[in-house]
Amino acid sequence: MNQTEKIEIKEDLICYHCGDKCSDNSINIEDKLFCCNGCKTVYEILSQNDLCDYYNLNSAPGLNPNKNLFKHKFEFLDDETVKQKIINFTDGKITTVTFFVRQMHCSSCIWLLENLYKFDPAVFYSKVNFLKKEISIKFYEEKISLREVVEILASLGYEPELNLDQLEKEKNKNQNKSLYYKIGIAGFAFGNIMLLSFPEYLSIVDNVDNDVRFFLGLLSLLLSLPVFFYCSSDYFKSAYNSLKKKIINIDFPISLGILVLFFRSAYEIISQTGPGFLDSLAGLLFFLLLGKLFQSKTYDSINFDRNYRSYFPLAVIQKKDEKEISVPVSNLKKNDIIVVRNNELIPADSILIKGKANIDYSFVTGEHEPVEKNIGNTIYAGGKQIGSAIELSIQKEVSQSYFTQLWNDNSFSENKEDAYYKFTQTISKYFSIIVLLIAFGAGFYWLQFEVEKAVNVFTAVLIIACPCALAISLPFTLGNTLRIFGRNKFYLKNDIVVENIAEIDTIVFDKTGTITKSNSAGIQFSGDEINQEEKSKIRTLVRNSSHPLSKKIYELFNDSKILEVQDFSEITGEGIEGKVNESLIKIGSRKFVNQNQSELQQSKFDTTVYVSIDEIQKGFFKINNIYREGLKELIDSLKNFKIKLLSGDNEGEKENLKKIFAEDAELLFNQTPKDKLNFISKLQSEGKKVLMLGDGLNDAGALKKSNVGISISEDINNFSPACDAILDAEKFNKIPDFIKFSHSSMKVVKINLIISLLYNVIGISFAVKGILSPLIAAILMPLSSITVVLIATLFTNLIAKKRGLI
Amino acid sequence: MYVVIILMFFSLLVAGGFLIAFLWAVKSGQYDDKYTPSVRILFDDKKKEEKTENKKIENKKTN
Repeated sequence: MNQTEKIEIKEDLICYHCGDKCSDNSINIEDKLFCCNGCKTVYEILSQNDLCDYYNLNSAPGLNPNKNLFKHKFEFLDDETVKQKIINFTDGKITTVTFFVRQMHCSSCIWLLENLYKFDPAVFYSKVNFLKKEISIKFYEEKISLREVVEILASLGYEPELNLDQLEKEKNKNQNKSLYYKIGIAGFAFGNIMLLSFPEYLSIVDNVDNDVRFFLGLLSLLLSLPVFFYCSSDYFKSAYNSLKKKIINIDFPISLGILVLFFRSAYEIISQTGPGFLDSLAGLLFFLLLGKLFQSKTYDSINFDRNYRSYFPLAVIQKKDEKEISVPVSNLKKNDIIVVRNNELIPADSILIKGKANIDYSFVTGEHEPVEKNIGNTIYAGGKQIGSAIELSIQKEVSQSYFTQLWNDNSFSENKEDAYYKFTQTISKYFSIIVLLIAFGAGFYWLQFEVEKAVNVFTAVLIIACPCALAISLPFTLGNTLRIFGRNKFYLKNDIVVENIAEIDTIVFDKTGTITKSNSAGIQFSGDEINQEEKSKIRTLVRNSSHPLSKKIYELFNDSKILEVQDFSEITGEGIEGKVNESLIKIGSRKFVNQNQSELQQSKFDTTVYVSIDEIQKGFFKINNIYREGLKELIDSLKNFKIKLLSGDNEGEKENLKKIFAEDAELLFNQTPKDKLNFISKLQSEGKKVLMLGDGLNDAGALKKSNVGISISEDINNFSPACDAILDAEKFNKIPDFIKFSHSSMKVVKINLIISLLYNVIGISFAVKGILSPLIAAILMPLSSITVVLIATLFTNLIAKKRGLI
Repeated sequence: MYVVIILMFFSLLVAGGFLIAFLWAVKSGQYDDKYTPSVRILFDDKKKEEKTENKKIENKKTN
């Protein structure tokens, strides 16, 4: 009786134009599939021009974007205050604006977006930054309005992202640039000072004139000035800042080394007593900065710091004196009346006063089935209206709503990320103390014999002990780990997260959308056997409805024919009915389908849709949670961790979950977002290191609070709450591998620590004897750095290969 | 031996030239986006007559 679970058959759908994979077959021309509207448009242009004039087009015939499609949707862009917030710059004639366009993903997108002037010459400049998914546009203000520009984009299928977040967009563009400058200068100085030092290295000193030596020395000193004052400024700043907080971080011994290196070399050169160590200084900075560059790999188009502002629209339609005007969301006050249309987000807690609400809370809970609300009901912010327009009376301001209140919690204001690695934090303290002790010890020892020698030895120890290799071992190891994770669709916010993952001992799962599939919840039919003809009839009927459940039923019977339907009617919130092949079919709620007929067994927690054919009830479709593949194996392989589950849902699934999770696992239901956050805090106060896996905004607090918050997403470009890492849902079962790999990476770091310490011991043994020559320093420093880098990259790659991650 | 100094001078001049070229490249934003230009180069637009004016402005902005 119980039959027909939907089996997902996913053939690879290939875009006809660019060859990319298509997510579904919704964009097509006849039998040709396209991955995006960009490809489709390019194809249209090509086919209309007999496929030969790809680049010789004057304009795009027949491709006048239909601006009227959107009616009021972008009306708020005419509002002056909103406009000011969006545009970058305007001089009254030419306006510059930058948009984030989520949909862009292939070369056709770039082509189309960079040829906007073909659609309207007033948009005379458009340039895409593909990795950031940004497009910067310049247009003539007199000829076209911002709203029209956005409408052109939207009609091409590239609706830019416009949300509350934009009010405070701050961009730190120059940060990366200055790192490039510094590397360039340090590299330049490194190479040239080395060249100038060659006479010294090759012991041809004796043959060289003293004047020439002095000149070469001064030249090196000149070259090292920008290295000392510009390139190393970050290290001094960081060391100073942490000393103020009474912490000795890794930058302290580095800064000490740099200072001593520079001043001793300057003294030696000017007093003509020696050649100095300036090549080592420049080399040191060059390697350190390279490490920083390697570490700073970021995923430009993924945003890890979203809060509710990124989800909310900039403006809503307010109803005032029977007129509809567009107002910025932040101006909404209590008792204002707003109009929310199909697919629009509800910005604040409010009461329904007109219309039929069907609210999709998937942003908040990860649950896609819309919830029905009647007039007088309270609707919480964050839901999306599906269906006809509704009118709402605002009850609380946006920032005070039930849902946004979560962000007023302390954990959102405190800065979780420490700029330093914890590992080096502890090491560097002891390291610095020991090095200083050795330096002073050796200095005092030599003081008995010769003051000059004592100073010499003291400074030499500080120079050679400069923990360059140690400092670059972490960025290279963890940076490489981060890249390997990235290849496996596990995107970390930064490399410090790797260190945090290696520390965790407790894993907390969210239920809906995290361990269950969010948008492909299964649908099952139970009841009387239905034959092929009946299936066709049902499929035909649901084809006419846009309700998400109808779509699922439509997909379930995807092998059935489509017939002709008559007298179709849809009653919102009740169901649909119609005549197919002379038989009346009703699909919908229990009340709608069977006017108090037989009782079919059903679980009270599931969403059910009833079906009757010619007034005879056939059974019902049941939506149930489909757990992600490999969930059981995943839980089993995480035996070493404490596993918890938090669910915002009721206990309907408790028995099923008990079978999957271990006996002693804690399963909590009916958890509010605040409860989840508090639960994590409680665990942490018990000294647990918590990894939280969640998806919806209702997990946002918990994700933020936890030591490592991982957000699971079906599509990484989609919305995801603030977190430390984003994991593509299809790699869900790899989590144990990722954790193990993080452990391995930390082991590589430890091996590197030993190696760099060994180099230090060798160096110091020269230094304390007072025989550290510039040549030894110039060999030891780069050698140790290169060894460490090689080990870091080779070992992490090898381990990754062994674990099947590359 | 003093010829070394002249050689040094020239070598620094050449190296300095490259350094300045590098700094200029960073400043003009060539390192901001390391992917899109690789795609854009394939879109080489042959038709120039009609939008010379637009092109000019575009060139001015990009350079």
